[in-house]
Amino acid sequence: MAKMATREAYGKALADLIVKNENIVVLDADLSKSTKTYDAKVVCPQRHFNVGIAECDMMGIAAGLATCGNIVYASSFAMFATGRAYEIVRNSIGYTHLNVKICATHAGITLGEDGASHQSIEDLSLMRGIPGMTVIQPVDDVETTQVIHAISELNGPFYVRLGRFAVDTINAPDYKWQVGKGVVLREGKDITVFATGVLVQQALVAYDVLKAEGVEITVVNIHTIKPIDEELIVRLAKKSKVIISAEEHSKYGGLSSAIAEVLAAKCPTLMEVVALNDTFGESGTPQLLLEKYGLTSKEIIAAVKKHI
Amino acid sequence: MRNIADLQEIALRVRRNIIKMVTEAKSGHVGGSFSATEIAVSLYFEEMNINKDNVKDKARDKFVLSKGHASPLLFAVLCEKGFLAESELLTFRKINSNLQGHPNMNYVDGVDMSTGSLGQGLAAAVGMALSYKIHNQDFRVYSVVGDGESQEGMIWEAAMAAAHYKLDNLLVILDQNGLQIDGDITKVMNPLPLDEKFKAFGWHVLYVDGHDLNQLLDAYAVARTIKGQPTCIIATTVKGKGVSVMENQAGWHGVAPTLEQAEAALKELV
Ligand SMILES: Cc1ncc(C[n+]2csc(CCOP(=O)(O)OP(=O)(O)O)c2C)c(N)n1
Ligand SMILES: [Mg+2]
Repeated sequence: MAKMATREAYGKALADLIVKNENIVVLDADLSKSTKTYDAKVVCPQRHFNVGIAECDMMGIAAGLATCGNIVYASSFAMFATGRAYEIVRNSIGYTHLNVKICATHAGITLGEDGASHQSIEDLSLMRGIPGMTVIQPVDDVETTQVIHAISELNGPFYVRLGRFAVDTINAPDYKWQVGKGVVLREGKDITVFATGVLVQQALVAYDVLKAEGVEITVVNIHTIKPIDEELIVRLAKKSKVIISAEEHSKYGGLSSAIAEVLAAKCPTLMEVVALNDTFGESGTPQLLLEKYGLTSKEIIAAVKKHI
Repeated sequence: MRNIADLQEIALRVRRNIIKMVTEAKSGHVGGSFSATEIAVSLYFEEMNINKDNVKDKARDKFVLSKGHASPLLFAVLCEKGFLAESELLTFRKINSNLQGHPNMNYVDGVDMSTGSLGQGLAAAVGMALSYKIHNQDFRVYSVVGDGESQEGMIWEAAMAAAHYKLDNLLVILDQNGLQIDGDITKVMNPLPLDEKFKAFGWHVLYVDGHDLNQLLDAYAVARTIKGQPTCIIATTVKGKGVSVMENQAGWHGVAPTLEQAEAALKELV
């Protein structure tokens, strides 16, 4: 199976886009080779600015550029883009509803060896809390490419959560991404898994394992965490005895919370949550970290088996 | 009595251990560890009062590695101090290790502040120095700040506070190696002149060759005599110092050497 990191796909898509649309300006904060905005710099140095190690400044500059009609893509690690610069994002980009696309890479614990100081596990929660912020986590390179192009045409602030390490491509080349629409990848019976990011691939593994044992679950890719696909969640909840959410993020405020909010209001359904259980991560390889912190197909399967 | 030859020996062992740690971890930051090696060794082995007996004390001389990615340096130095076993160094950046990619103060004796997010360490150092002033404690606080790191606004907020509170018990050593991840600091986002900036913020400024142990120790001694304001030593350094292929190469900021490269590096570090 083809594999690519979503940050890699981001770099390629942005390099493509920046030459096509002269209103696009790219900002980075001394991580351009890691976030991959360097690809855009190579083809369009005049609209790529490396502001130095100054994430707060970067977000303020992004806001100013956007007030003049530019479409700004601003990148750093998710920790610094959403954590360090949070209040600037909130007031100068969110409150103003400016056209800034915060494309943050190295999200979650799969950032790996740099350790907990660099692993954003609260970024979905932070960004989801900002009124008018659209929050997206593309699952693979195909989806990332489409997201990066599509959001240039969608006005307002976006948060795009991207990963460091290579993940399996699960979407076909002709896949069509639509903001706010969950994607049913496998349609099963009365247990539904809503996953986002690297947990989508894990959910697909869980599907295969369970299917071999005669259990068919439904697997949905929730690429847009906000606004979340209420209609789909309610429709699937109605036929499910349990809903499982799966994400590489704290169990507080991310996908599980977004789903629980919908279920509690519109279709109360039992939930199982696969997420970081109120803990920081640590240094280690992405794979070992996912295993240690319980973010693999194993935990999804265990959650399913509690209900069959 | 200064024993420069001993310090040089320690610095050499520290550099060798850094190579071994980062090679074994297959990740980590050699360049910025090597540029600050003489700084950290001279602080820990001559200037600061820190030893096995007081290492667990809440109040004592403290060191904040504001550029926390130089964690291999800090761990290798703490190993030389006897706070860490040499075998533990090889667990660096691996799962279940106390030696995190960026230092964690709750896991390792002698790590005085958890750092890694650039710009934050200096403010914590200001807090420590302020505490010693409030409580009339005669301890000093040392912080190593990167030149790229000085692009963070928080560095200047902390610098302002340190001068405002007249923290003459605070000493910053600015590791001016001229490089950050994306290249030459003056090309990415020029923070120079740093000396004039610190002066304008109310600091006393000294200059050293950051690899000259005598110059470093002299500057620490001068800093102790400066009253009513904090001191910043601008240390001119070479990123990757000690291994020729790594010297002054931005590409060696955060890349682990291959086994062959490590072997070659260890051959040079003798
Ligand atoms: C707030 C923050 N932004 C970005 C990073 C990623 N980062 C790690 S090291 C580094 C460059 C540091 O340059 P400098 O301070 O000059 O360190 P040195 O050259 O001594 O290694 C960057 C941008 C970080 N650790 N923290
Ligand atoms: Mg530097």
